[in-house]
Amino acid sequence: MTKKEIFVVSAFKDNSVWRQILGICSTLAVTNLMLNSLIMGLGVIFTLALSTFTISLIREYTPRSVRMMAQTLIIGAYVIIVDILLKAWLPDVSKQLGPYVGLIITNCILMGRAEAFAAQNKPLDSMIDGIGAGVGYTLVLLVISFIRELLGFGTLFGVRVMGEGWINWSIMVMAPSAFFILALMIWAINTYYYKEAK
Amino acid sequence: MGITPFVLFWAAIFTSNILLTNFLGMCSYLSVSKEVESSAGLGIAVTFVLTATAGLNWLVYKYILVPFHIEYLQFIVFIIVIAAFVQLLELIIERYVPALYYSLGIFLPLITVNCAIFGVSLFLVIRNYSFLQSIAFGAGSGIGWLLAILMLAGIRNRLKEKLVPAGLRGAGISLVITGIMALAFIGFSGIQAVQ
Repeated sequence: MTKKEIFVVSAFKDNSVWRQILGICSTLAVTNLMLNSLIMGLGVIFTLALSTFTISLIREYTPRSVRMMAQTLIIGAYVIIVDILLKAWLPDVSKQLGPYVGLIITNCILMGRAEAFAAQNKPLDSMIDGIGAGVGYTLVLLVISFIRELLGFGTLFGVRVMGEGWINWSIMVMAPSAFFILALMIWAINTYYYKEAK
Repeated sequence: MGITPFVLFWAAIFTSNILLTNFLGMCSYLSVSKEVESSAGLGIAVTFVLTATAGLNWLVYKYILVPFHIEYLQFIVFIIVIAAFVQLLELIIERYVPALYYSLGIFLPLITVNCAIFGVSLFLVIRNYSFLQSIAFGAGSGIGWLLAILMLAGIRNRLKEKLVPAGLRGAGISLVITGIMALAFIGFSGIQAVQ
């Protein structure tokens, strides 16, 4: 595969969220505001890119028995960097995201890419695959948060877009709406793929 | 935080359900909930590990990380504590209660990567809980998770023969069901919220 193909496949065709149903926790939790979603997405792209690169780099020297633990520690190290950077530069966002930054470690997308791709492929290819998966994930976050923030607060990235008469849908700020929107999204995309397959 | 451990325990089950309001532990929730029996098995294992690791991680944070000023290492340290505890538990159960090992054992490796366990440990630190509060919160969260997965498994069992649109089958319909459950759980929120 060329590098471009690797990126397209991991970002869209095999998108971790809607095709493999991975990394749902944070997909749902941080999507009530677009800014939080964007920051979270960037954090995941950063962690994915560097951790897949590192894991691939040492793939021949890691004994199979401790592979999982080694991968977790590598991912953990990069997540700590993201956390420290956020706390220093964007303390407000860091506070709102709360435990979900740390939870990037247990986000199944990271382990999934590490196991499925980085453990067998060259470092640079793995990095591109990681960035692809991260971009695909961020895209889903942004779509969901677009709907939730627009209807729930009447704003986008904190800027008011709905007119004076707009009444906020308080359900969009609460947990259930995230489940419903993601379900509808998966439904639409699956239906599209079934049609394509026919 | 002045909430008594008793109130915290019930709040963690109903008003701030770890899965339905904090979205933690979704991966194994969606993939294991096909059968009621295995859901119950995993749920019980999660409850046990969650209660124990909440206490352990509290102790580790208070007596190791804070005195040495290495709080920033909490992510890695918590993960190691959880992984080590699960591994140890697996060995003990296999050695002394083989029957239990065959019914619960297969779920133990799944638990290390269950984000509910790790998430609860992070919540303890952020919300500054005391030791007893942590244990109560851990146990309550575990039981809340068990409740959610059991309900989903029961409903999915009923849906097996029903006609569900092809694109919605599997994860899609599970998410819709979970959304409806989350809506129902909002009804509890008048009691006491933990935020």
